[in-house]
Amino acid sequence: MSGVREFFVLSGRWVIEGRRALAQGKIWRPLLFAQMRKLGVDSIPVAVFVAVFTGIVLALLSSYMFTRAIPLYFVGTLVTKAVMLELGPVLTGMALAGRVGANVAAELGTMRVTEQVDALETLAISPHAYLVTPRVIAAILMFPVVTAVAMAVGVLSGWFTAVNLLDLSSVEFLRGARQFYNFKDIWFGLVKSASFGGVVATMGCFQGLSARGGAEGVGHATTRAVVLGCQAILVLDAFWALVLL
Amino acid sequence: MIQFHDVHKSFGARTVLDGFTLTIPDGQTTVLMGFSGSGKSVTLKHIVGLLEPDAGRVLVDGASVGDLEYDGLMRLRARIGFVFQFAALFDSLSVYDNLALGLRRQELPPEEISRRVAESLRLVELSGSEERFPAELSGGMRKRVGIARAIALNPRYILYDEPTTGLDPVTTAAMDELMLRARRELGATSVVVTHDVRSAFAVGDRIAFLHQGRIRLAGTVGEVRETADPLVRAFIEGRPAMGERV
Repeated sequence: MSGVREFFVLSGRWVIEGRRALAQGKIWRPLLFAQMRKLGVDSIPVAVFVAVFTGIVLALLSSYMFTRAIPLYFVGTLVTKAVMLELGPVLTGMALAGRVGANVAAELGTMRVTEQVDALETLAISPHAYLVTPRVIAAILMFPVVTAVAMAVGVLSGWFTAVNLLDLSSVEFLRGARQFYNFKDIWFGLVKSASFGGVVATMGCFQGLSARGGAEGVGHATTRAVVLGCQAILVLDAFWALVLL
Repeated sequence: MIQFHDVHKSFGARTVLDGFTLTIPDGQTTVLMGFSGSGKSVTLKHIVGLLEPDAGRVLVDGASVGDLEYDGLMRLRARIGFVFQFAALFDSLSVYDNLALGLRRQELPPEEISRRVAESLRLVELSGSEERFPAELSGGMRKRVGIARAIALNPRYILYDEPTTGLDPVTTAAMDELMLRARRELGATSVVVTHDVRSAFAVGDRIAFLHQGRIRLAGTVGEVRETADPLVRAFIEGRPAMGERV
């Protein structure tokens, strides 16, 4: 019971600190672009790697499922819809939960156990303004960008696979892709990914700043950040499906 | 002036401060000595509000640290320089930026920041190290940069947490000289936490001995040096404290 109480007290404190930190733009604004590059741009190769193979597998799986029963051009439909609505945002989110969540938790955890966070506080600098806010905002802004790239790459790799391995022409693939296309498919995925970014970075910061006890503590914090980040993505995914679809 | 009034602090079942009362007078260097794990660093962290007492009050210039609102606490911290045991330099920042960070927070003009950084590095004899990163510095140099970061703020109080731990005797003597020079040139009130007896006698005006969560003995360096208290004598002379629970 005390654990639950502690969680709510800590969460409340984070909300208050977060609101206060947001108002301290002079501290976090100069750090924002560096974090956008580090958490977003530097994550693009990982996301592209995931997207390439997601597109390939989707195209092959859909052709396997559609054998004889459904026209093959529906491969384009399935690849596009699945990548934009679900697999693009979620798999990119998961990949980035590993990369970004671990990176943030390890960095802040190390700063915590080596008293660098205490040092910031003694310099009258809020760790929430200096460390948390730029990372969370950068992740909220950059996860959709990385996800958009992953969506494009996923669809392209699905198309490439369909054309080269499934005896499907580009025209047929495009026909399938356009048949059930809805603009909402894109913004739905991007809104989801922004929320994934927020939760992954917040989880990384929270776990990192809560780290205790040296290298082992940092290791635990990093593991928790990744695991809880992935779980939070799945919960949010279901939430957005309920709310927006 | 810094005052501790009947401060209690526990971490889980472990009581660290148990009715701790001490007054740290202005303009002097007060050394807080005690065995490892006796709560010296915990005491220091109460002064800047990094820790809050479970009971009792910590007053800095008459203001209760625990009762300060956020802005008040930030103003208080701006008046205090804190030197950490392992320096706690920011890994990702150069020496210059480590020193400049707190000054930028005070919104000083860039020329003034550069001047203060250069002056502080001169004081710790590290001029020319501005572009180096903490990973490129030795342990002693890191501690000196830590001191430079604290004094760059031109603080009213400087708190040193184990400034000589892990240093060789020559570097320790240099650190002692540095603390004396910082006090001479800045006139700041200093609190030094250490279990290095030689260093304590070298830099302190007053010494307080912390044992089992409260002050066992407090007085001038001469008084402590001549004390008949068997536990404190054992500590000073570096021999086992027979019959005493450490």
